[in-house]
Amino acid sequence: MTQAVLERPTHAAGGVARPAETAGEEEAVFVTLTLADQLCGVPVLSVRDILGQQSITRIPLAPPEIAGSLNLRGRIVTAIDLRQRLRLPPAPPDTVPMSVVAEQRGELYALLVDQVSEVLSLPASSFERNPPTLPPVWAAHSAGIYRLKERLMVVLDVARLLAITADRP
Amino acid sequence: MDDLLADFLTETSESLAELDVALVKLEQTPDDHATLSQIFRLVHTIKGTCGFLGLPRLERVAHAGENVLGKLRDRQLSATPGIITAILAGLDRIKAIVGGLAETGEEPAGDDTALIAALNEAAAGRAHAPAAATPEPPAAPEPPAVEESPKPAPAAAPAALPAAAPAASAAPAEAAEPAVAGQTIRVGVDVLEHLMTLVSELVLTRNQLLQLARSQENAALAVPLQRLSHITSDLQEGVMKTRMQPISNAWNKLPRLVRDLSHELSKKIELVMIGADTELDRQVLELIKDPLTHMVRNSGDHGLETPAERQAAGKSETGRITLNAFHEGGHIIIEIADDGRGLPLDRIRAKILKQGLASEAELAAMSENEVQRFIFHAGFSTASVVTAVSGRGVGMDVVKTNIERIGGTIELKSVAGQGTTFTIKIPLTLAIVSALIVQSGGERFAIPQISVVELVHAQAGAADGQSAIERINETPVLRLRDRLLPLVALNDLLRLNGETASVSAEAPRYIVVVQVGANTLGIIVDRVFDTEEIVVKPVAPILRHLTLFSGNTILGDGSVIMILDPNGIARAAGIGAVGESRQIAGAAVEAASSGEKTAMLLFRAGGSEPKAVPLGLVARLEDIPRDRIELASGGLVTQYRGKLMPLVAMDGGASDSERQSVLVFSDRGRAMGLMVEEIVDVVDAELSIQLSATRPGVLGTAVVAGRATDVIDIGFWLTQAFEDWFRGAEDGASVAAARVLVVEDSAFFRQLLVPTLTAAGYRATAVGSAAAALKLRDAGQRFEAIVSDIEMPDMDGFAFVRTLRAGGIWSALPMIALSGRAGAEDVEAGRDAGFTDYVVKFERDALLTSLRQCLAQPVAA
Repeated sequence: MTQAVLERPTHAAGGVARPAETAGEEEAVFVTLTLADQLCGVPVLSVRDILGQQSITRIPLAPPEIAGSLNLRGRIVTAIDLRQRLRLPPAPPDTVPMSVVAEQRGELYALLVDQVSEVLSLPASSFERNPPTLPPVWAAHSAGIYRLKERLMVVLDVARLLAITADRP
Repeated sequence: MDDLLADFLTETSESLAELDVALVKLEQTPDDHATLSQIFRLVHTIKGTCGFLGLPRLERVAHAGENVLGKLRDRQLSATPGIITAILAGLDRIKAIVGGLAETGEEPAGDDTALIAALNEAAAGRAHAPAAATPEPPAAPEPPAVEESPKPAPAAAPAALPAAAPAASAAPAEAAEPAVAGQTIRVGVDVLEHLMTLVSELVLTRNQLLQLARSQENAALAVPLQRLSHITSDLQEGVMKTRMQPISNAWNKLPRLVRDLSHELSKKIELVMIGADTELDRQVLELIKDPLTHMVRNSGDHGLETPAERQAAGKSETGRITLNAFHEGGHIIIEIADDGRGLPLDRIRAKILKQGLASEAELAAMSENEVQRFIFHAGFSTASVVTAVSGRGVGMDVVKTNIERIGGTIELKSVAGQGTTFTIKIPLTLAIVSALIVQSGGERFAIPQISVVELVHAQAGAADGQSAIERINETPVLRLRDRLLPLVALNDLLRLNGETASVSAEAPRYIVVVQVGANTLGIIVDRVFDTEEIVVKPVAPILRHLTLFSGNTILGDGSVIMILDPNGIARAAGIGAVGESRQIAGAAVEAASSGEKTAMLLFRAGGSEPKAVPLGLVARLEDIPRDRIELASGGLVTQYRGKLMPLVAMDGGASDSERQSVLVFSDRGRAMGLMVEEIVDVVDAELSIQLSATRPGVLGTAVVAGRATDVIDIGFWLTQAFEDWFRGAEDGASVAAARVLVVEDSAFFRQLLVPTLTAAGYRATAVGSAAAALKLRDAGQRFEAIVSDIEMPDMDGFAFVRTLRAGGIWSALPMIALSGRAGAEDVEAGRDAGFTDYVVKFERDALLTSLRQCLAQPVAA
């Protein structure tokens, strides 16, 4: 298992090389991130960019999950507050949010998280489906769980995270 | 040359080039189905277009070729070199004819029988290589001959209106020549769109750079930056130009449409098109095509009168529709004018009331233009005047929505008898707009400059009163040059009430006055910055439901900013079609009767709240001295015109003062008096009653002259005076027990008509719709007469009477129409539809007289 800390935003998924020594077993590569101390992962292929703190324009009257919009090299990106989305308490004031940019149907979305850490290449054998006891909010947005050595990593389903409907309270 | 023909030639030349390649490919791989289909399609298109353009020679050749290709495609033949040669020969002939067409605009003469025969042979499967090869060269290169001259048909279409389109026909003619000469290339729209996006980005970057340079005094940068700026502007202009098309492209179909229209409607219509070469963005052009067509159709159908009507009005027989397009300060103005009858104000007013879009009082306070603008209201169909031509579901509201969607506005001006003019103002392009940047609640927003009228600096609590925000019950308004301007605070609207809200109540405010349709509206903001050219980008799909924003953009400093949609703001603030008059309209009620107003008598009886009764039901108002009221057989009576009239007191109606106000209701020699405290007023009001059956003697509550008013139930009070009021009338009436069906959609009028009719001795049955009435008919119920409202939803009175007269057990019944208006025309229309008589609502006596006459007729006959 190799780790590669992201120093600067990677442009495309191809920028992250698969580690060579893990021959044989099928692996999946994830960008890991932290949300209220929970380790989560997003498939690296669905990540377009990783951003540090950005100035975000609030959008009045928008659903609470929508933190606002930001300018990513001339493109307007809608920022989604994942803590809000997953009904987690607001981040402590000293956190400097980072974001993971994903694309859906030609639109860019920035998922605001507490911390983006590393890119992990994980063997399929350590994948598990969601335990049935997972809280509904998590179950609805998780594609499964990876067993890491010390912790568990929740695989976030980006498409479902972005399926925000206007009528949600 | 006709520009349709020019288009055809360009297209055909391209197709032919493709065909050559494809056919050669086919020869090498005879079984390639995809290539075969492609060839067949190309030839088929050529043939089809020929037929459309009236090119018989070309069509015959293409048709023969298509036959062979069809067989090949269906695998009835296989592509032998012989067959391919025959087809290629056919293609050469097509090329020759197309060449001749390009030169002269007419098909060259020539004999194709041999070629066609060879192709037919091939189609029949008897193709031999030599047979197919023979007819190749002889007739093709023949010089274009004039004497045969099968003139292309489309040239005749514009020619039908020669005077109509001088500018229109001239412009495309010039444009058409180079198109054939190969001076234009066809570029995919997506390529242009991409270029446009890039240029937009470039403009943004340039703006960003300029902003940076302004803050840093760097002389070395200034000059190249200036140059960059200029080039960017030029580039932007150049790219915009590639997207520009003359508006005549949107007008092309109109002469034909008007021609058909004039035949269909038997009207004489002249179409005048001015400024056909005015250019506008392709995208905008596409979006206004349909609205324009619709409006021209409307003008021809509704606007213009028949030749007879025009002559009677002292106008020339030929009606004129004028289209005028021109540039005006970054916008394109398109006027669609007709010299017809103008908008029917009365009809519109009636419809407004009917649909409950405004009350009588609001209507009375509206200017003519405000009333006219209701035709843009969603669902405001002029259904009673629908013809086969107009009113097919694309209403003016759709036109307005379409135009607003591209950031445009639509205005109308109509003068009765002189015509109607619609003025459309649309931006030149959708991509880049000028916007005013404002700040509210710590956030910046852009407001499109097109809708900004002016900026006002206002101070809450300013002493001079001129530019102070005043409040009516917490609703802010601004006095602006003798008008009250409704205001919305952006902070409140966008729920931006942060910590700044309480402070800013005292702080100076800026008001952006915007024009939304015919309404003006002030938007209160905290600060106003500069105007900036912005590139409108659509918001993310998950934000599309926010109607207050029309898009978002990136400013020169790189920050993202939301673009406010003034239309959305007006809607959110409740300023819609009804307009500002709703905000300003006072309690003043104009007494002039028009439309569907009903005269209501307002009085008080017990309590301060007014009560009302339709004036038509009241026979007289009397003021009786106290001492003339006597007690007889357990009830109050007074001597009235030589008879004893029973008096009934409403709760609190009997006063202790010297004189007593009495409303007298009378019927066939019997009268009763209703004692009330005070007679207040007579007002014309629209009646929309919320029925409540809780209190006896009260029909329900309506808003009359701006106040909630109890409308009393006369039927109840009549029985209070004479328990036998209804029975008594029955006994004495000659028309005893005649059964009358009342068809009336308003619950209020039903409640009123039934007691009235019952009181007059009829057995009245009331239903709420024509459909319900027809159900009764089909159930075999019998009546002696029918009283029907005219304006009802779904099926109106006219349709109802026609249905009845068409057959069934009620076809010969007397039918009386009830309507708000009974002008000579209305009566005429009513009788034409099959009504026996036509009575104004609430003319109680008239109704009863009419009923008596109607019922007497069959007896007399």
